[in-house]
Amino acid sequence: MSAATATARRAGRGPGRWLADHLVLVLGLLVLVYMTVPVLVVMLMSFNDPASRNSYSFDGFTLANWTDVCGPFQLCESLVTSLQIGLLATLGATLLGTLMAFAMVRHRFRGRSAANLLIFLPMATPEVVMGSSLLALFVNVGVAGLLGFWTILVAHVLFCLSFVVVTVKARLAGLDPRLEQAAMDLYANEWQTFWRISFPLVFPGILGAALLSFSLSFDDFIITNLNAGQEVTFPMFVWGAAQRGIPPQINVVGTIMFLVAMAVVLAGELASRRRAGR
Amino acid sequence: MAGPLRTAEPTGTPPAPGGRRGGLSGYLLLLPGGVWLALFFVVPTATLVATSLYDPSGSLQLGYRMTGHVQNYADSIQDYSPQLVRSFLYAGAATLACVVLGFPLAYAIAFKAGRWKNLMLVAVIAPFFTSFLVRTLSWQYILGDNEALVSFLRTIRVLGEDGHLLATPFAVVTGLTYNFLPFMVLPLYASLEKIDHRFLEAAADLYSSPFTAFRTVTLPLAMPGLVAGTLLTFIPSAGDYINSELLGNPQTRMVGNEIQDLFAAGDYPTASALSVTLMAAIVVLVFVYVRRSGTEDLV
Repeated sequence: MSAATATARRAGRGPGRWLADHLVLVLGLLVLVYMTVPVLVVMLMSFNDPASRNSYSFDGFTLANWTDVCGPFQLCESLVTSLQIGLLATLGATLLGTLMAFAMVRHRFRGRSAANLLIFLPMATPEVVMGSSLLALFVNVGVAGLLGFWTILVAHVLFCLSFVVVTVKARLAGLDPRLEQAAMDLYANEWQTFWRISFPLVFPGILGAALLSFSLSFDDFIITNLNAGQEVTFPMFVWGAAQRGIPPQINVVGTIMFLVAMAVVLAGELASRRRAGR
Repeated sequence: MAGPLRTAEPTGTPPAPGGRRGGLSGYLLLLPGGVWLALFFVVPTATLVATSLYDPSGSLQLGYRMTGHVQNYADSIQDYSPQLVRSFLYAGAATLACVVLGFPLAYAIAFKAGRWKNLMLVAVIAPFFTSFLVRTLSWQYILGDNEALVSFLRTIRVLGEDGHLLATPFAVVTGLTYNFLPFMVLPLYASLEKIDHRFLEAAADLYSSPFTAFRTVTLPLAMPGLVAGTLLTFIPSAGDYINSELLGNPQTRMVGNEIQDLFAAGDYPTASALSVTLMAAIVVLVFVYVRRSGTEDLV
């Protein structure tokens, strides 16, 4: 807070100054702790040796959960299902969403504001409403018996799509359109301009959108649960387990996901630093 | 967003192939995603409204008859008004808590973090990567009766001798706050980050106190982020039922719990009516809020 700094400077040094300068930072760090504690608990509980099925306190230390992740019935099957749906949904949503983002930023056409609204609305719809409306559709067209992998996939592409458009749009809007104009001035056609100039420049945005899609899809419970039929994804497995007694392996999966994501973030950071350093 | 230029027709160049079809290729790019949104968002929403008007005596096996049964709305609101009210109360409380917690954090990241900025931002997003449900379950442990937090609060007499945290409205709001806090912090940070520090220096030079500077300079400039963050936390909180199910008790059920259970039980007309009611209430609230806060150019 420069205002506080300036005033404090005028008032001279004192304990008040340190406080004014650092209070917000301390408060902010406390909030960060609040946000981090549950993750640390997940990590801790991944080493838990529970005394009974329904125990959710730390009863003893063991490595058994890490060596036997697939122990609980259906856990790894549900993980595989979630990974498959996550990858396919990411592919679909990223493809459709990137095309839409290019249309929205690089083209002028009638009905743009209607298209904007259509892209925005799914993000402003509570999940339970979106999930129930899809279920209402599937029931009405008579495919209620076919609920499962494909209906989940349709739903996941749908709710990831808007987030992809917004993410790619932000990156695209930040690009100088003169780069593309320059390419065209040098007789590149639209296709060449896209693959040689636009796509590489927008790629970080597309990659970010894909990562976001994957984590949204992998994590979704409410919409999935309404449209899953007999199919079980990882969040649905966790939900079911929460009613029956939670196997500690769930926390192992949570910890692994966290570590993998951090590794990806770190690798991205290092790569961009190396690029900047060159 | 500044209006980006159209690139298909750079002046003074030979017309690039496809350049003249500028308008049409825009539609073509939009088509696949647009069709998906129309088929699986617009049509389902209409279907949901239709389903909410079906005769409630129908079932999946017997089929449904469209009788324009508006009574479904009156019935469902009468039966589930406590849950509806509770959803908005809890979502409101969680949103308020997100503002109170999120503002100092966003402020600290934007103005105080220095070279730790990126690290703090990663720390905000990092919990996302551990599954939502798994993290929510870890609150069962943190707030559990036999754990450190409750013992401590009992010792310092904040909680009574047999006071609980888990299975209370407090636990549900805590869970909602925790789960949606990043959606408050990130837009707030984005707004604060853009503030020109010279405005604050100017305010200080003109003898405004730090508080006045905050109220008259920082806060108004942070409004777009605050409005976006409020919507991003309030809307999902109002529809959520995971926190109320995992951290609450039967007296903390929200409307999402009921919608889910009604669908599972096959009572599609009532479930749809309740779902449409939730959406309508949210739309009205958001509309009023956005009007009041004076940032209508949000979308």
